[in-house]
Amino acid sequence: MPHTHARKCAIAGLLSAALLAAPAVAQSVERTGGKLLLTGGVSQIEGAGGGGLTPWALIGGYGTRDQVGGNAFYTRVDVDDYALDAYGVMVGIHDRVEFSYARQVFDTREIGAALGLGRGFEFEQDIIGAKLRLVGDAVLEQDRWLPQIAIGLQHKRNRQGDIVRAVGAEDDSGTDFYLSATKIYLAQSLLLNGTLRYTEANQIGILGFGGDQGSGSFEFEGSAAYLLTRNLVLGAEFRSKPDQLGIADEDLWWDIFLAWAPNRHVSVTLAYVDLGNVVVADQNGAYLSVQVGF
Amino acid sequence: MTAYRNALLLAALLASSSLAPLAAEPLPIPNPAPAHPELRPVLEEFGGYEGLKLLMDDFMVILLDDPRLGPVFELSDQQRVKDMLAEQFCVILGGDCTYTGMDMVEAHAGLEVRHADFNALVENLQLAMDRRGISTRAQNKLLAKLAPMHREVINR
Repeated sequence: MPHTHARKCAIAGLLSAALLAAPAVAQSVERTGGKLLLTGGVSQIEGAGGGGLTPWALIGGYGTRDQVGGNAFYTRVDVDDYALDAYGVMVGIHDRVEFSYARQVFDTREIGAALGLGRGFEFEQDIIGAKLRLVGDAVLEQDRWLPQIAIGLQHKRNRQGDIVRAVGAEDDSGTDFYLSATKIYLAQSLLLNGTLRYTEANQIGILGFGGDQGSGSFEFEGSAAYLLTRNLVLGAEFRSKPDQLGIADEDLWWDIFLAWAPNRHVSVTLAYVDLGNVVVADQNGAYLSVQVGF
Repeated sequence: MTAYRNALLLAALLASSSLAPLAAEPLPIPNPAPAHPELRPVLEEFGGYEGLKLLMDDFMVILLDDPRLGPVFELSDQQRVKDMLAEQFCVILGGDCTYTGMDMVEAHAGLEVRHADFNALVENLQLAMDRRGISTRAQNKLLAKLAPMHREVINR
C-alpha cells in the first residue's frame, strides 16, 4: 500500500492544522449518541430528564442538536410503609424538546388495610411530560454563568379518583408547570440545579390534586451533585411540596443519590430517600432506578 | 413631507454608514491558547509539558481507534496535531510554552464538525487522561477551559 501511504502523507503535508487536518471526511453520521455520559441526566420519578426527584433543564437521552435520544426507565422506591414503582419512556429531540410518559404505582401495603382501603391497595397515576430548552448549554458554555434553562409541564391523571376525593382532594387530575435552570460547573466538578414548580398535587399526585387546605402553590426543588468521574455522580436533592390535605401533613422530600452510567445505554441510580410524613408516619428508605436507552 | 422624507433619508444614510461596517466586521476569533497561570498546579498534575506530550501519544492512539474520528485523524499529520495540542494545553494550563498553531476556526476549516464530533473528541481525551492517571478534578479544570472553543470548532 505504498501508494495510499504516499497519498496520505501528501494530503497531511498540505495541511498544517493545529487540531484536525483532513478534507471533509464523512464524520459522525450517527443519528444519536452524541452527548457525553450522564449529560442528559437520568429519569426522575415522574419520567422527565433530571435527577431522582426533580426535573433538570437537560434534555433527556443522548441526542445532540441534530440527533434524537430516547430511553425507558424503571424505578422502585421502598420506604417504611410503602413502595412506589414508576416506569416509563422518554424521547429527546435535537437537544431541544423532551416528551415523556410515566406510570406510577403506589402500594399502601399494611397501611391500606388500616385505612380501610384493603391491604396492598394501590394508587396509580399516569404522567405525560413535555420540556422545552429555552436557552443555554449546561455543559459547553463554561465561560458563561448563564445556566441551561428549560420550561416543562407534567400532566397527571390519578386512576383512583373516588378514593383521592374521599381523602379530601379536589380533583383526580392536574398539571404541574416548572422552570428549571441547570449548570455543570466543570472547573468545580459540580452540577447545580434549581427548579421552580407550580403544582396542585398532593404527594406528587398520588393523593390527587388540591384539597381542603389549598389548591396549588409554587414549590422549589434543588439539586447539587459532584462529578466523581466522567460516569459517576454523587448528589443530593430536595423537593418542597404543598400541604393541602387536612387529614395528614405533607413534608418536603430529599435524597442522596449515586448515579452511574457505564456506557450510553445503561444508567443505574441508587439513593437514600426521605419522604417525610406520608399520611401516617415518616417514610425513608431506598431508591433504585435503572434506565436503558440511547 | 419633504422634511420628513429628508429625515428618513438621513436616517437611512446614517444607518448604512455607521451600522453596515459594524455588521460587516467579522467577530474577532478568540485566542486559541489563553494562558491561565492559576492552573499551573493542574499542569503539574499532568506531568508538565513532557506529561502532556505523553498524554497526546495515548490520545492519538485512542482517536485512531475510534470509528467516529479515526478516519479523520488517519489523514492528518498526526505528529503535528499532537505537538500543537501539547503546546496549546501547556499554555492554557499556565506553562512556559508557546502555542505556534492556528486559531480554532482555521484549524477546523474544511472539516464538518458537529456537536457529536466535538463531544467524541472530549470523550477520547477523557479516556486518555484516565489512562494517564489524571484525577477527574484536574481533567475537568482543563475541560472547562477547552469547552468554550466549541463556538469556533463546531462549524456545522
